[in-house]
Amino acid sequence: MAHTTVEHAADAAAFIQNQERTRWHDQALWFVRAKRDKAARAVPEWEQLRALAGQIKRHTLAHLADYLLQFEEQALRHGAQVHWARNADEHNQIVLEILQRHLVRKVVKSKSMLTEECHLNPYLERHGIEVVDTDLGERIMQLRQEPPSHIVLPAIHIKKEEVGQTFHTHLGTQADATDPNYLAEAARGHLREKFMAAAAGITGVNFAVAETGGVVVCTNEGNADIGVALPPLHIASVGIEKLIPRWADLAIFTRLLARNATGQPVTAYTSHFHGPIPGGELHLVLVDNGRTTLRAHDVFRESLCCIRCGACLNTCPVYRRSGGHSYHATIPGPIGSVLNAAHDPRTYYSLPYACSLCGSCADVCPVKIPLDQQLLYLRGTIAGAKHLPLAKRLLMKLTSFVMQRTWLYTFAGRLARWWLPKLPRFLVYNRLNAWGKQREIPAFPKKSFRELYQNRQRHGQ
Amino acid sequence: MRIGLFIPCYIDQLYPDVGMATAELLEKLGVEVEFPVEQTCCGQPMANTGCQPETRPLAFKFLKIFRDFPYVVCPSGSCVAMVRYHYREHLSGQPGFEELVGKTFELCEFLVDVLKVKPLAGSFPYQVGIHQSCHGLRGLRLASSSEVVGPSFSKMRYLLEALEGITFSQLDRPDECCGFGGTFSINEEAVSSQMGLDRLADHERVGTQVLTAPDMSCLMHLSGLMRRRGTRLPVMHIAQILAGRAVSAAY
Amino acid sequence: MDSKHDILNTLRRDPVPDTGLPALDGPWLTFEQPLDQFREVLAAVGGQSLVAAHEGDLPHALAQLPSFRAAQRVWSLVPPVASVGRDWTTVTDPHELEVLDYCVAPGALGVAENAAVWIAHPTVPHRAALFLAQHLVLVVPGRSLVHTMHEAYARIPPGQTSFGLFISGPSKTADIEQALVIGAHGPRSLTVVLTGTDFPASRFSP
Repeated sequence: MAHTTVEHAADAAAFIQNQERTRWHDQALWFVRAKRDKAARAVPEWEQLRALAGQIKRHTLAHLADYLLQFEEQALRHGAQVHWARNADEHNQIVLEILQRHLVRKVVKSKSMLTEECHLNPYLERHGIEVVDTDLGERIMQLRQEPPSHIVLPAIHIKKEEVGQTFHTHLGTQADATDPNYLAEAARGHLREKFMAAAAGITGVNFAVAETGGVVVCTNEGNADIGVALPPLHIASVGIEKLIPRWADLAIFTRLLARNATGQPVTAYTSHFHGPIPGGELHLVLVDNGRTTLRAHDVFRESLCCIRCGACLNTCPVYRRSGGHSYHATIPGPIGSVLNAAHDPRTYYSLPYACSLCGSCADVCPVKIPLDQQLLYLRGTIAGAKHLPLAKRLLMKLTSFVMQRTWLYTFAGRLARWWLPKLPRFLVYNRLNAWGKQREIPAFPKKSFRELYQNRQRHGQ
Repeated sequence: MRIGLFIPCYIDQLYPDVGMATAELLEKLGVEVEFPVEQTCCGQPMANTGCQPETRPLAFKFLKIFRDFPYVVCPSGSCVAMVRYHYREHLSGQPGFEELVGKTFELCEFLVDVLKVKPLAGSFPYQVGIHQSCHGLRGLRLASSSEVVGPSFSKMRYLLEALEGITFSQLDRPDECCGFGGTFSINEEAVSSQMGLDRLADHERVGTQVLTAPDMSCLMHLSGLMRRRGTRLPVMHIAQILAGRAVSAAY
Repeated sequence: MDSKHDILNTLRRDPVPDTGLPALDGPWLTFEQPLDQFREVLAAVGGQSLVAAHEGDLPHALAQLPSFRAAQRVWSLVPPVASVGRDWTTVTDPHELEVLDYCVAPGALGVAENAAVWIAHPTVPHRAALFLAQHLVLVVPGRSLVHTMHEAYARIPPGQTSFGLFISGPSKTADIEQALVIGAHGPRSLTVVLTGTDFPASRFSP
């Protein structure tokens, strides 16, 4: 059976076909990046915070088993229940079992990339449980039956007209409505009903503090807070890389997260849970799902430091011009390219090449993950495992063969410079010449540098 | 002072005047320039495609050619970054390798950090757009990048700023990638071209009269896009401006 | 083997180099006028601030807000301000709080760098009130203002309450074309009343 691979370049080209949308997408995300720059510059110790955040995360990874045990011990002391899941299936089974035990039919969920990664929604729906995503952007995507295209701004790829159409169909808003205030108000009313009817709330977690056994959730809408303040049952899915050692470390991360994500000084709500709501239950599901494998790898371990701020997506010139869906992954953009290609290099072979190696992602990263270098490293893995198309591999072999032989390089260069300008245009600019689709090739000089230089040496200065 | 001149293969074949300008500039500053003719390509296209076995012999070839020079100077941030950061996996432990890493410089950093030259005299009465080639910017830190909080600096601008009549373009996106990216320009042709067109539009909007960069590859890409569209903003490698070339020498 | 031990054993099997846990010494950002900074940031994140020299002035200060004057259902947890509509302390099911127009709650401390106010659970019997009310008022002693989150976390006893949170501005979203909409799910407005006259390192500027 043929293996389906993600072909980023083809999907990106299709996205760019809609020039107006591409420009909007690019500018909207650049605007977020510019706000981030302004917020970062307002903090004189910004670079120190980045360095500390990176050190804290790397240290935590080194002692992850100890910190997980400390976290569990403290969480139990507060009356939380702690579960461990090796993979997505175990995670989903644990969540389902808790919900079934409480006879829950309706759940509200706030944003959690981990539950997206585990495909929790369709799993619960198959078992007759209604799951409502309550983050506005995620709800829009859920109603449209599309995956989010950004980890912080899930609906960044669609226009208000499209939101209007979606809400008209599903929420009965006026046809052709486009006013964001009107549409958000309609969603507020719709989701209030869902909040009032839910028997359990599911959240993700931004940080899990080993010292205190608490989890911290950051939102702007307040949806996570409403979702777990009404029903007695709160289930929080926690990737094991979310651990940080100390309560005081929260200051470092809460100072970085929102500033780097959206340019806000902090999220509107930063909520700390140590134990269940009075009379209720708090379940913490600690999930591995490939994280221990990444941790064991000397290069990819770095990617587990990610705090999901989304800044590398906002700054990536390729992401901004290709849209999140072109990555066909729960997490798109530079960090998504690393995580997905590290996990499954065959399927995601094209993602590390969807990168001009500009390095902006690494400079914007709040925990200093060298994302561009990780993508470069992955290219080695992918080429080494022969996941690259044969033509590309052969071209590189040929180039290397020529470049190893100075005489051949010199000869080939002279031949090309003499020959190519004489060729009819259709032979140079055709389907096979990707460079020439929108670009002219350089005008060929008669003499190379080495010829000019050697002439000059021969004939004196 | 004697240096080995490292001229990237595409400059050798396509932009010989950039190499000549580099040699002349260095000689004018009293440097003894030697161009070892055995050199070809540093291997970056192969390395950036992930083809390490194809890169390896070129790394060895490079070390053999340049090992004995006190300094190696190159008018390309990208190719210097290749030697400085990506040869290690092939050449680690080879005699002369650590020294090679320490003595290989991009032209602007060689002028500013090693020769410690003052801003160059001359005249260049144009509004110049300095394109911040990414590997020079974020790899070699030839200038401060917009993401990092700290003092603002630019070795390119420092070298140019004393030229009579010169002014500099101020862009909303000071260091957005042009979209060349080596084989990226072929693999992701649509995105690459879009990035380049956007970068050119930024420069047109602010009235750039001459576009320069420490890497000719970015300019090759941008110039190729312009020539197809019949627009023509002169592009010059920074070595050409520093060597006193007129705008008529622009590509 | 169960999942817990499987995960822990895998983690123990693969040793990872440690570069140490850094000390968090700073120095951190400080402001000459923390009160002004707090108020400026609060306005920038969509909130508003009032000052009241004495707790007794609170009702008068809040009466400046037209929506507060018109409110039919107010739950005040700050004594000088009267609750309106019913005895909210008898609420047992938090769903009943959905009808609240206003919630007036005490904040333990304010953070100048980001206008965040810390609220701990025991001061608010049903935390749902903070999110369900159409409008929220937080009363914060001026002397509790700190410069940054570092000082804030240093002053909050870790893990002593089952729930505690920072609130910075009203509920908001920008998920529709990046247009900022205030009042996504939670309160449509946030008013922080700073009380007292002893603000740290700051002129009292009503």
